Formats: sequence, structure tokens, C-alpha cells
Amino acid sequence: METTDPPYKEFKAIMAGVDMNMPILVVDDYKTMLRIIRNLLKQLGFNNVDEATDGSVALQKLRDKKYGLVISDWNMEPMSGLELLKEVRADQRLRELPFIMVTAESKSENVVAAKSAGVSNYIIKPFNAATLKTKLTAVVGQF
Amino acid sequence: MVASKAESKEPRDSRSDPLRVELERRLQSLADSGARAQPADIAAAVESVMATIEGDLSAVNLKLYAEIEALSRYIESAKAEIADVRPDDIRDEHLPMATDELEAVVGATEHATNQILEAVESIEEVASELDEAKAQKITDAVTVVYESCNFQDITGQRITKVVKALQQIENKVEALLAAFGQEVARERSQRKKVEVSPEDADKALMNGPAAPADEAISQDDIDALLASFD
Repeated sequence: METTDPPYKEFKAIMAGVDMNMPILVVDDYKTMLRIIRNLLKQLGFNNVDEATDGSVALQKLRDKKYGLVISDWNMEPMSGLELLKEVRADQRLRELPFIMVTAESKSENVVAAKSAGVSNYIIKPFNAATLKTKLTAVVGQF
Repeated sequence: MVASKAESKEPRDSRSDPLRVELERRLQSLADSGARAQPADIAAAVESVMATIEGDLSAVNLKLYAEIEALSRYIESAKAEIADVRPDDIRDEHLPMATDELEAVVGATEHATNQILEAVESIEEVASELDEAKAQKITDAVTVVYESCNFQDITGQRITKVVKALQQIENKVEALLAAFGQEVARERSQRKKVEVSPEDADKALMNGPAAPADEAISQDDIDALLASFD
């Protein structure tokens, strides 16, 4: 069984080139979901996590601080996750930022729209920790 | 709508009217058999009587009139049925109550989920003080709880969709009331109040959990109320 010893995980991540201290912005209008994702990220070794409850708040945070990854819900008001993604991709300073959509929107047209807008990966709710880890690895590299 | 004989614009050429021709033919045969009156006189008299009864209605007009009358009866019956459904109650009581209840479900599940997460976070914190094997076991269990708590987001979104559907229904009922409102209210006011049976009165006490907006009393209030009977 793989050890969960934090220094070992960090060592592995450093060797793989993943910065485990990179700031991650989690965006969701459900506070419980923010908490769940934050806790799962913590279990995976990512402790530097910020939160936003809709796209417009998130966009402001992204412009104020340098983040390494965005994990965003889709269905939010007033600015949805897709609108946030489009704003991020249209912004010269943010356009390369890895962006994972975590959403209950499971129709293929949603996935196509997100992909067309430049999403890095897509997770369907409800999801488990293993899926989150797999998608994170696909986006930021092995850790 | 039905034109009287006096209002008719042009007298029709009664001599070419097939009905009159037929009538005259029949009366002629009557006259041939010995009647003293002239057929034209009798036909004029019959036509006059018919005109008094029906005005200038043709067979097509009569059919149309009957259809309109049936339609009118149908609308009246529809109004009565709409009144039976009590759309004003649906708008003023049932739909708002359903929306409030669903919002209370979202609130209660959110509150409970937060409490579960808080408790599990405490357990996870304690796990870090244990040896690696035990800590891993607890972490695995805690992860399952985190994953399961996804339900709150999913059910919340589903309930929000239902609330939006209810709002759509409310708009439709509102439109229905705008169209028939006065008449539906009149229908209702004409009905007698139904006596409430003891059984129904008992059933009326079963309201389920109180909504946050309701004036629910606390356990202390209940204890005090019970004590007041002693």
C-alpha cells in the first residue's frame, strides 16, 4: 500500500515537478461542496486552497492573486463556471491557467461547450476521491 | 344576433324558395282535395308564423347557433370545474407551501451535512495522532464520508429545479386567475361551507415538521404547556 506520509508525498510531487503548495481556487455556490473539495485536496496533499462562491468573485480573486489551478462548478449565479472559464481564457495573464470543471451538468453538449471554451478537464458530480486525483494528475502532473 | 323579420334587410324572393315551392305543392294537393283557402295564402301564413318563431335563420345559422350554445355550456362547465380545483388556493397556499417545504429541505440537509463534515474533520484530525495503519483506516473511512456528502449539492440542485417548475406552474395559475378570477371567486362564494367531521379535524392536525417561517414552539414551550394541565 502506498504510504500517505506527508513528507513522502511532497518529495514525490517535487520529483514530479508538482508544486504541492500552489494556490488552488475552488469555486462553488454550495458551501458544503467547497468544504468537501477542500478536505479531499488536503488529503491529497494540497493545503493552499482558496474559495469563491460564484464566477465573478472567483475572477476577481484570480486577477488579484496568482493561482496554480482552478476547480469550478458550472451552475452558479450571477456568473456561471462556463462564463468564468471563457473570461479566464480571454485574459492574457490567466489564459494558461489549468481549469477543471466539477459539475452535475452531464450532457454531452455541456462537455463539448466546456471543451470548446478551453477546459482542462471535466469531473461529473457526484465524484469520488480517486476520480479527483486522476483528473488532477492529468492536469498538473503526477504527485 | 338573431335578426327579426322586421330587421331583415331584403325580403327574399319567396316564390323561388324551394321550401315554399314544396309547401305550395303540398297545399295545392290539399286544395285539390276540397279545401277552400288558396295555397299561396296558406303558405304566406305558415311562413309568417315560422318567421315569428325563428326570425330569418337558415338551417346553417340554426346549426351554428346550436354549436355556440353548446360551446357556451362547455365554457360554463369548465369554469365550474376550474372553481372546483380552487386555483386561488393553489396560488395562495399550496404552491407557496410546497416551495417553502422544499427550501426547508435544502436548508436542513445543508445544515446536517455541515455538521457531519465538522464531526468528520475532527475525527480526521485525531487520526493524524495515531500510527500510520490506523490513521490510514480512519482516513479511508473519512474519505467515503466526504464523497457521500456530495449528495447535498446534487439533491439541492434537483430541488432547485423542482422549485423553478413550481414557479412556472404558479405563473400559469396566475394567468388562469387573471382570465377567470372574478367568476371563479363568485362560484366559490356561492358554495356552502362543508362541515368538518371529527376525522377530518384529526387529519388536519397532521402537518409534519414545521417550516422555518411557522410559529413552531420549542421543547421548553411544550413542557410548560403540558405542565399547565397538572
